[in-house]
Amino acid sequence: MTRHFFIITALSIAAMLTGCASQKSYDYSAIRESKPRSIVVLPPLNLSPDVRGTYSMMATVTRPLAELGYYVFPVALVDQTFRENGLTEPGEMHNASPAKIAEIFGSDAILYIKVEEYGATYRVISSDVIVSASAELIDARTGRSLWRGSAKASNSENRDSSGNGIVGILVSALIQQVANNIGDPGYQVARQTSFRLFNAGLLPGPRSPNYEKLIGN
Amino acid sequence: MKKLSTLAALCAGLLLTACSTGTHGLYQWGSYEDQVYAMYNTAAKTSPQEQLANLEADGEKARAANRTPPPGYYAHLGYLYFETGNPERAVASFQNEKTLFPESRSYMDRLIARFKK
Repeated sequence: MTRHFFIITALSIAAMLTGCASQKSYDYSAIRESKPRSIVVLPPLNLSPDVRGTYSMMATVTRPLAELGYYVFPVALVDQTFRENGLTEPGEMHNASPAKIAEIFGSDAILYIKVEEYGATYRVISSDVIVSASAELIDARTGRSLWRGSAKASNSENRDSSGNGIVGILVSALIQQVANNIGDPGYQVARQTSFRLFNAGLLPGPRSPNYEKLIGN
Repeated sequence: MKKLSTLAALCAGLLLTACSTGTHGLYQWGSYEDQVYAMYNTAAKTSPQEQLANLEADGEKARAANRTPPPGYYAHLGYLYFETGNPERAVASFQNEKTLFPESRSYMDRLIARFKK
């Protein structure tokens, strides 16, 4: 029994370290200097053939960013505002000047996301649902790049999770928590992708209890 | 074996609380993300009235639990009020977003000015 306990504790600690720690090698000086409080997320650019990529991904990014301590502008309204200004495609929105975007929304930072893969990829043995994305956060006033990251998730991770101990259980739990009534497995995988994308590397924002000690002031 | 799973559950719980970004984080999310998704996805498409009803129910639950709804919740709710022909409640909702999240002030003022027309 004690041996089990030690193994589980060791696994938990390992999971905690890998799950929460930000990558040490990353240079955070730009974001530490800029100290953004609010982020406007542009509708993601969809490079996948699945038309749902843009808005599915868009729906999933608010949560991890807000839980990290940033104010995230209402994503659907942001999209509507762009449309009312004559920009209907994510590509056009991504080309708008950061200064203009900052003026309209009053945001400190702008997040540009590219959905690289979205949906089922048919392989020889099984068909997996994969969502991968990359993101760049820029300072809305200066246009300076503050942070970049990328992440990928697949529904096959959950099928294989039985042997993965605590981490596998947690990943499955997170996915299962999603409402099952939406018939797009890509949406559920996208939530996992978004969670990884920001939790693996973006510093906490001002609304996080960890903000002060991490930002270093 | 039962003890083992209890331990595992405890550790999982610890892990979630250890990460400030765990499932019991800063906000009570309700179905906000799903309502955003539903607005765009044809397969899951529900009427603005249904989306509004779902979000209102989330708000009730958050109030009952004394928890904060997520950033964007009140603004999105306001948009749905406007879409369903209730501009006064829309404006009140944008005001709520602004009060709860002063970061949104400039954008909310812009929306209020636009929807008041």
